[in-house]
Amino acid sequence: MASVVLSEAEKLYIVHGVQEDLRVDGRGCEDYRCAEVETDVVSNTSGSARVKLGETDILVGIKAEMGTPKLEKPDEGYLEFFVDCSSNSPELEGRGGEELGTDIANTLYRVFSCENSVDLKSLCINPKEHCWVLYVDVLLLECGGNIFDAISIAVKAALFNTRIPKVRVLEDEEGTKEIELSDDPYDCIRLNVDEVPCIVTLSKIGYRHVVDATLQEEACSLASLLISVTSKGAITSMKKVGKGSLDPESIFEMMETGQRVGKSLHIALQKILDEEENLGTSRAKVGFLG
Amino acid sequence: MAAVTMRLPAARAPLDSSALRGGEKHLVAPGDTITTDTGYMRGHGTYVEDDKLIASVAGVVERVNKLVCVRALKARYNGEIGDIVVGRITEVQQKRWKVETNSRLDSVLLLSSINLPGGELRRKSAEDELAMRDYLQEGDLISAEVQSIFSDGAVSLHTRSLKYGKLAQGVLVQVSPSLVKRQKTHFHDLPCGASVILGNNGFIWIYPTPEQKDDEAGGYTANLEVSP
Repeated sequence: MASVVLSEAEKLYIVHGVQEDLRVDGRGCEDYRCAEVETDVVSNTSGSARVKLGETDILVGIKAEMGTPKLEKPDEGYLEFFVDCSSNSPELEGRGGEELGTDIANTLYRVFSCENSVDLKSLCINPKEHCWVLYVDVLLLECGGNIFDAISIAVKAALFNTRIPKVRVLEDEEGTKEIELSDDPYDCIRLNVDEVPCIVTLSKIGYRHVVDATLQEEACSLASLLISVTSKGAITSMKKVGKGSLDPESIFEMMETGQRVGKSLHIALQKILDEEENLGTSRAKVGFLG
Repeated sequence: MAAVTMRLPAARAPLDSSALRGGEKHLVAPGDTITTDTGYMRGHGTYVEDDKLIASVAGVVERVNKLVCVRALKARYNGEIGDIVVGRITEVQQKRWKVETNSRLDSVLLLSSINLPGGELRRKSAEDELAMRDYLQEGDLISAEVQSIFSDGAVSLHTRSLKYGKLAQGVLVQVSPSLVKRQKTHFHDLPCGASVILGNNGFIWIYPTPEQKDDEAGGYTANLEVSP
């Protein structure tokens, strides 16, 4: 991951500040930076979202395509994740970016492996034959610390924005099935994102942990815990990253913090998504210019 | 307890041209015509097309007699002798350090341009060369003054005064170099207990005022020797 070089004194300063619940930009240990969320930025996708969390900039596009269901789950659709980090910095182009990209994609697979997160049965058209496959493409535009959280917020917002066209299956006399796409572009099914989890990254700095670390704070922390929390506070997956070790007691503390913060995150995100929805067509699209 | 705020993006409102103090700054964007008068010589940031002088960078037009040039607003730092800069050590080489100062080339800090810790003045010997890393390591922040400029534009720094040297605990904020005006003093003490160094290269260093114990770092300041 892209990181900054800091002098020992700067790191010490950050660590001492965190002990007092005071971070360099004035936040508390459990405060997020102000996030900007916008959906429907890419026109030729089924759903898209762009999230700016401080310096971090993430773009997610979802395309719904028809495919065959997996053998072990014949009456469900599925999600495919692909993460691209090449536009971030020269060191992440080519092989370096691929490693980080697959790492993030695997984390997303784990987070969404929980059965209830997305209603996969609604993505089924014909059991064993046709189903909707949602290809989720994540583009890391700028890395400013805390990319996992931003990516999960963007994925949830994009899923909220996804519109899958309704299909009807017509059966001929001989038994051949034909799939008919409805002509009306507004006739579509929306996904229920109430159970979609969001990742909360807790970085251990000194003896305390912080939420939403900046690049400088990430350089000071030796270990982090990635927790995916649903809006009700249920934890779906957990992952530890970093070279340092975590004490089991501090893991419990971090989990509790993660649950609390995760619930607030979901409430704030849902509020902004509903607000955007209510603006409807009168919303001024900002996109990438402006 | 946790504060999570989100907002919808808002497009930047275009500035009303009358809101700018009329006549004081002639701002241009790339492609804007500066003048159609052919009597002017073109300087940096301009080019001639169809008998018109057009700007190639976004910035302020500067006119000196017959020379017209455009000074870019978001450009790398161009060193001037006497500037105070805050830089980060990127490399330790044989008799000098390479310092990153947000300019086109890394700045140079020669071993002969620093004051040894303790303030002693002597010719630097071979032992000093080997012990360079003890004074300044990669990643350290220093405040220095521009001594001279090489022919390729690289800046040579010196810390031959007690007020310059390695920086201890604090926070670095990076802004565009064009925002920092050249003034008499760049070291300021704020009444709230913090001190500020405004580097001309856009690096601003905020640190707790020494000899003043305030909650944040005063009691916990690690005893890092500030090499003068």
